[in-house]
Amino acid sequence: MTNGLAVGGIYALIALGYTMVYGVLKLINFAHGDLFTIGAYLGLTLLTSMGLTGHLGAVAGVLVLAVMVQVLVAIIGYLLERVAYRPLRQSPRLSAVVSALGASIFFQNAVMLIYGARFQVYPHDILPSATVSLLGLDVPLVRILMFLTSVVLMLGLYFFIQKTRTGTAIRAAAIDQGAAKLMGINVNRVVSLVFLIGPALGGAAGLMVGLYYGQINFTMGWVYGLKAFTAAILGGIGNIPGAMVGGLLLGVIEALGAAYISIAWKDAIAFFVLIIILIIRPTGLLGERVADKI
Amino acid sequence: MNRRYAMYMVAAAAFATMPAFINPYWTDVLNTVGLYAILALSLNIILGHAGMFHMGHAAFYAVGAYTTAVLNVTFHVPVLWAMPAAGVLAALFALVVARPIIHLRGDYLLIVTIGIVEIVRIALVNNIFDMTGGANGIFGIARPELFGFKIRKPVHFFYLIWGFCAVTILLFHWLENSRFGRALNYIREDEVAAEGSGVNTAAYKLGAFVLGAFWAGMAGTLFAAKMTIISPESFSFWESVVMFTIVILGGMGSIRGVLLGAFLIVGLPEVFRELASARMLVFGAAMVAMMIFRTQGLLPPAPRHYDLRGIMSGTQTREERA
Repeated sequence: MTNGLAVGGIYALIALGYTMVYGVLKLINFAHGDLFTIGAYLGLTLLTSMGLTGHLGAVAGVLVLAVMVQVLVAIIGYLLERVAYRPLRQSPRLSAVVSALGASIFFQNAVMLIYGARFQVYPHDILPSATVSLLGLDVPLVRILMFLTSVVLMLGLYFFIQKTRTGTAIRAAAIDQGAAKLMGINVNRVVSLVFLIGPALGGAAGLMVGLYYGQINFTMGWVYGLKAFTAAILGGIGNIPGAMVGGLLLGVIEALGAAYISIAWKDAIAFFVLIIILIIRPTGLLGERVADKI
Repeated sequence: MNRRYAMYMVAAAAFATMPAFINPYWTDVLNTVGLYAILALSLNIILGHAGMFHMGHAAFYAVGAYTTAVLNVTFHVPVLWAMPAAGVLAALFALVVARPIIHLRGDYLLIVTIGIVEIVRIALVNNIFDMTGGANGIFGIARPELFGFKIRKPVHFFYLIWGFCAVTILLFHWLENSRFGRALNYIREDEVAAEGSGVNTAAYKLGAFVLGAFWAGMAGTLFAAKMTIISPESFSFWESVVMFTIVILGGMGSIRGVLLGAFLIVGLPEVFRELASARMLVFGAAMVAMMIFRTQGLLPPAPRHYDLRGIMSGTQTREERA
């Protein structure tokens, strides 16, 4: 259950990237899962090459690391949008989807060529291994930290979107691009911004997975990406609080399913949830009813 | 028009002599290309003609291949006799899973079909029905026999697979210009208008799915016969991506385009085997570039051509690509 919440936090962070891009561009960014992978690998490189945790101590070191990873992945996300998606803004939606798939294959193989196809191992003495007693349960401190980190990031994003002018511009562009343009909003800048924020969160999630599980692989982006997308649909795609709730919920459902049904079917549970949601309530839990028939 | 067909015939005949000039390895590569061509042609019905974003075709392929393997290894049914059963079972599976999702819009359908192919793979790994052999798969599938002739070597498979492919091409070419094919194209272009003109869109879309799955199931038989070993990893999501890309890059709804796509996407990476690791990188980049510079695919279908004079005079004759 607590594991479910910790993993759910990661799903939620990745799902935010999907849902924001979908909200503004109506595009499933298939390469998003791979940006998450890149985050995990960059985190590993920076961690081992710079020895930040040695100089600054565990907490500060990881925080600085997280910021660096976020900035780098955000830059990659920005470039991705400029190269692979912007020229296709006016094309049929399928073209952009195929382009996204191509970008995903590109990233995956780029990571494989640079780091090799084998599992890479994070040094595992960075995070504290203590457990905390919570409501009579022994919970590893790492899980609580992970959960809290993702919640803090999500709340930060929520206030940014709801309270600032730029956030309002993003929401406006998501509702109606044409009208947003007429109101003097630079839609291209909004899209770029979305492709900076989403990948930054995804990269942070990648770093967290690396630190938590200790090993990473160049293909892991697919599974996390698909599950995070499921989470985004579960919460109602295009809906930012929905992605947060959907991610946490999916993490918990998966953990409970693995515990009470069968661990072997763990990966299939998310997809069953996805199919059932799309059949029963395609707009998701928090999605608004829209006239546009799905 | 007759000259055009004559040229196709000559090209096909020239292609049929290919195994005489190349070594068994390259014949085997051509066999793989042929298998993907059949799969992509069957996906073309769903994706190209009906315009439904279906990225789970490997699921139907897997059902066909596993049906064949189980029938052959457990019940000792000759491989090629298992082909209709493989097709029918794949079609039934498609009927059951596609029925509730057929109404989903574009990218939602895409993501659900990805989910289905993953569920099928996980089910196979978990040895569903205690028949699929789990992660190791099924081995010891017998070689196929045709009229008492045992098909063993790559050259034999070349004629089996490409023969089947030729039948597929002829059949699907006819289908393209049938009432069914035109209805699917109408749905792709404008579903609401099609519905308004009395096309039963739900039935046609489901029909496209079932037909595509039937064909993919039969291709599964060929795959099982060729490999003699099948395992869940042969039917991963990646296989679906390859088929999807063949159709998109070749040209949706165009048989020539899909064939070209199969050669480029399955055959070309073999040519560059020396550069093994970097080729997928280039492949990904090429997909992006392709979509930006030539969205409609390499060989898009020629626009439908109708002879208006024929229709005006009431005889309703139709002449394609005159």
